[in-house]
Amino acid sequence: MAEAVPDVALVTDYLAEQENKGLLRFITCGSVDDGKSTLIGRLLYDSKLIFEDQLATLSRDSRKHGTVGGDEIDFALLVDGLEAEREQGITIDVAYRFFTTEARKFIVADTPGHEQYTRNMATGASNAELAIILVDARQGVLPQTRRHSFIVSLVGIKHVILAVNKIDLVDHSQEVFERIVADYRSFAASFGFETLQAIPISARYGDNVMSRSEKTAWYSGPTLKEQLETVEVADDLEQKPFRMVVQWVNRPNLDFRGFSGTLASGSVKPGDDLVVAKSGRTSKVKSIVTYDGKLAEAFARDAVTIQLEDEIDISRGDVLAKATERPEVADQFQARLIWMQDDHDLLPGRPYLLKCGAKTVTATVTELKHKIDINNFDHLAAKTVQLNEVAVINLGLSEPIAFDAYEANHETGSFILIDRLSNHTVAAGMIDFALRRASNVHLQALDVHKASRAAQKDQKPAVLWFTGLSGAGKSTIANLVEKKLQAGGQHTYLLDGDNVRHGLNRDLGFTEADRVENIRRVAETAKLFVDAGLIVLVSFISPFRAERRLARELVEEDEFIEIYVSTPLELAEKRDPKGLYKKAREGKIKNFTGIDSPYEPPENAEIVVSTAEKSPDELADQIVAHLSDRGYLSAPKD
Amino acid sequence: MSERVSHLKRLEAESIRIMREVASEFRNPVMLYSIGKDSSVMLHLAMKAFYPSKPPFPLLHVDTTWKFREMIQFRDETAKRLGLDLLVHTNQDGLQQNINPFDHGSSHYTHVMKTEALKQALTAHGFDAAFGGARRDEEKSRAKERIFSFRTATHAWDPKNQRPELWNVYNTRVKKGESIRVFPLSNWTELDIWQYILAEDIPIVPLYYAKERPIVERDGTLVMVDDERLPIHPGETPQMRLVRFRTLGCYPLTGAIESPATSLEEIVGEMLIARTSERSGRLIDSDESASMEKKKREGYF
Repeated sequence: MAEAVPDVALVTDYLAEQENKGLLRFITCGSVDDGKSTLIGRLLYDSKLIFEDQLATLSRDSRKHGTVGGDEIDFALLVDGLEAEREQGITIDVAYRFFTTEARKFIVADTPGHEQYTRNMATGASNAELAIILVDARQGVLPQTRRHSFIVSLVGIKHVILAVNKIDLVDHSQEVFERIVADYRSFAASFGFETLQAIPISARYGDNVMSRSEKTAWYSGPTLKEQLETVEVADDLEQKPFRMVVQWVNRPNLDFRGFSGTLASGSVKPGDDLVVAKSGRTSKVKSIVTYDGKLAEAFARDAVTIQLEDEIDISRGDVLAKATERPEVADQFQARLIWMQDDHDLLPGRPYLLKCGAKTVTATVTELKHKIDINNFDHLAAKTVQLNEVAVINLGLSEPIAFDAYEANHETGSFILIDRLSNHTVAAGMIDFALRRASNVHLQALDVHKASRAAQKDQKPAVLWFTGLSGAGKSTIANLVEKKLQAGGQHTYLLDGDNVRHGLNRDLGFTEADRVENIRRVAETAKLFVDAGLIVLVSFISPFRAERRLARELVEEDEFIEIYVSTPLELAEKRDPKGLYKKAREGKIKNFTGIDSPYEPPENAEIVVSTAEKSPDELADQIVAHLSDRGYLSAPKD
Repeated sequence: MSERVSHLKRLEAESIRIMREVASEFRNPVMLYSIGKDSSVMLHLAMKAFYPSKPPFPLLHVDTTWKFREMIQFRDETAKRLGLDLLVHTNQDGLQQNINPFDHGSSHYTHVMKTEALKQALTAHGFDAAFGGARRDEEKSRAKERIFSFRTATHAWDPKNQRPELWNVYNTRVKKGESIRVFPLSNWTELDIWQYILAEDIPIVPLYYAKERPIVERDGTLVMVDDERLPIHPGETPQMRLVRFRTLGCYPLTGAIESPATSLEEIVGEMLIARTSERSGRLIDSDESASMEKKKREGYF
């Protein structure tokens, strides 16, 4: 070897060629029985031979290495003896391997596919652009093939090679191959793969791996190598909306303040209007700084430092976007989750740390919607999630974060959950959508109004005006309604007659004038809360139609919902929860509604509930249903 | 993925992202600087990652006192040229006991002067993250190691208990005393390293280039007589031979190869047609079976 004198010009050419090669990251799925180790060994070995053939020309003293044609090499042995390590009880979840062909460089995530398959596969697949799914031609599509394919689709891999291996053991049968491919396509149809290339191979003998096999003359598609080298995996990351997660605030001295990060998607150039997604602050790009000079434009995957024109508050974890193409900002979203911890199950309600991009917040699973059976994709009801299980959940965060759906952007749509005590990574998550459409309301620091506040709360603000006799059950029902609304994620406030009289209206008595002023103040307060985007519950006897009309006219037409809590006087008096009827009958209270002061029942109340017939809980449900039917519980669409 | 961007640019961006993450999330990070070509690349990437700032962490070199003299010279010049804070640590206990590669065997010597020394330095400074230049293509046990590799309070690596590592979301949480070794070059291959050195014109220790050097041959290994401490066995006479080094470490333990390569292109050309794997020039790896994994469990880099 020492005498091998390389030709410098050839080396330079060769390096230039290498420099221009693309990189493909892929994962192999299948168990040892499917011939996975043999296939990887074959790829590494054969590509090395090709590599050396190529390199032979680099040396004037070229020598031929290797023993090509030795069919009995055990390729699996080349793959580091993973089985031996398994016997020692070491769980190797992912090993990374590297090889090169004339056309591309490859990084293979090699994941042994036994018990830990979901966790291991998801780990290996998270950075892969393509998956090779191995099937033993003698076995056809097995439950594990379905599992592997499901996980591949779950993490969003769009390109799949179905390698039907051991084709030599079924006499290179076209019929067997086509039956397996048809089986596979039928269940994988919903997985959203952009390319699915089935290839009949024999990893052991090399058929259709690196070169075309004469034994499968009926097969006219690409070899495995050809497919790996030519499959178009170019994503449209650069065409997607610009996103950059600020990793580090770069502040070498008082004259320079930049924001360092890697573009997750899109492109950016000096002069572009940017917004800090969460705060809504805007500025323009002043320059894009790198060690190699300032850039005229930066693209997805470039690691840069952005300087802005204005001194605005930006810190690590903030997401920069173009003002016209913003990510979602919310503190609740639905996500798919892979649980990865073996000694603890996922428990709804338990706080975990969530890391998304460069932001870490506290997160709680607010609802476990269902688990997904990864064998048949059925939805299963569940109270906990165990190791390797996949679930659909709602998450609530300690503060809003900026994100995109995983489908739209893997980097800004993925997260991990970390156990707060052990610091283990316990789950990987993919965000589906924000629960409150909040968020489409990007804060406009200077122009926040009722509609934007309401949209932020994902609801249509309104006054729910409960009227009825004392003891009718107004407060009980209003309380239940508020609880139900809040559980559903609504933002509410309850103005209760008695409570308000202890504070805001404590200077008022029970004269007619004071009663009107009492209602006016409460109505004005309700109006302010509606302006703040809240659903306001007002629980007041409010016996006079005129006063209620006054309240109604303060807000917009569809913002006032009059709820008449109808109870016969006898029933109210019988309940007498505060002993007031008794006192009134004894003459200790004057002007008591229903006794010596009239109650004017509403003529056109939006909702009438009768407490004589139904329980308060049923009535509350009736009111929530009314609101939901009329679109009060989600942001107005326009 | 756009193939507009060369694989080297992608690897560079990935490494920079890793370094920024460490600088942001850890209280007290450090970069292990071994002076070799991988360290040179790692350091160059750090200069890029934080530009126009300097890397916000010091360099740490564990000096066994048996490094090639040219390495030490290069180390000091590099730190000065880049204006970086360089910490040098030597295991003083080992030094007092005169632990050396000849009398104590390469395994014990490496354990005391490298592994123990490193642990001493990390503990003394309270570093909670340490960058290392290891690559996954180097060696079996590296292939399955995480980019962010957790270490217990005793600096041990537990391959059974690695944290899942998905996308680019790295779990950086450690408790007091625990730390994380970070390998920003995990996905680089040896060829990538050389190509990048060439493309970026990164300075490397001159020992990588061929030159006439005083050599004795022991069990087929060409050992350079770097100073008078190397015991010359009966019958041995140092001879000037045209050699260079493919990897650098402690000079009595690092084998040279005969080579006329005096330019980067020639080095790369030689590397490309070489069949022996890179670490075969390092004696420590063949000292015990599965030695690297064992060393790593004990806290070796």
